[in-house]
Amino acid sequence: MSVDSVFVHKMWNDHELSKMVQGGVPFAMLSDGGGKVGSVYGVYLQDAGVEARGRFIIDPDGIIQGFEVLTPPVGRNVSESIRQIQAFQHVRDSKGTEATPSGWKPGKLTLKPGPDLVGKVWEVWKTKMAFD
Amino acid sequence: MPEEIKVGCARPTGGPVGEPVPLPEEKPQQRTKEVKSMVTVGQKAPDFTSSAYHRGKFVNVKLSEYLGKWVILCFYPGDFTFV
Repeated sequence: MSVDSVFVHKMWNDHELSKMVQGGVPFAMLSDGGGKVGSVYGVYLQDAGVEARGRFIIDPDGIIQGFEVLTPPVGRNVSESIRQIQAFQHVRDSKGTEATPSGWKPGKLTLKPGPDLVGKVWEVWKTKMAFD
Repeated sequence: MPEEIKVGCARPTGGPVGEPVPLPEEKPQQRTKEVKSMVTVGQKAPDFTSSAYHRGKFVNVKLSEYLGKWVILCFYPGDFTFV
């Protein structure tokens, strides 16, 4: 979503993005003229008249589970967004019985919060697991 | 003469210059408390409708139509910048 019109979205898709991604952009390119939606989400930069690089993860109940907002010059990391969705999906599937510690990826150790875990995280989770 | 602008990753913008234009006076009794509208994790995502370009068609998208699915809502400064 950006403040550009759907016509500009089409031009960008047809003339540039379709050269990067075969078949063009597979998802909807939303238009937010005037930044009305961006203002509600807190990402509309009034002085510049554009929207910051905001990324919101919304779950199947319509609840915002996470967001990241960057100023324009720095781009995002798509792999990290996908990792976060995988983590939120895992936690949701476990009905809240599991949590994913720092550095978690699918297949890695999860934690089962409860009285037995208090003071014992260090035994199962090592600092290097945050980085690999 | 118009000055050439440096192309960055934000959209160049302009605005009124010169003498400040007097704004219509605000009546004190109309003043309302400014509400800061930043969303919060764990809260409902504000619903909206938006026109969109999707696979060759112009469509209307409503966020609440995606209930039951995971959604990534992505904002960026402008077309023809990176994302």
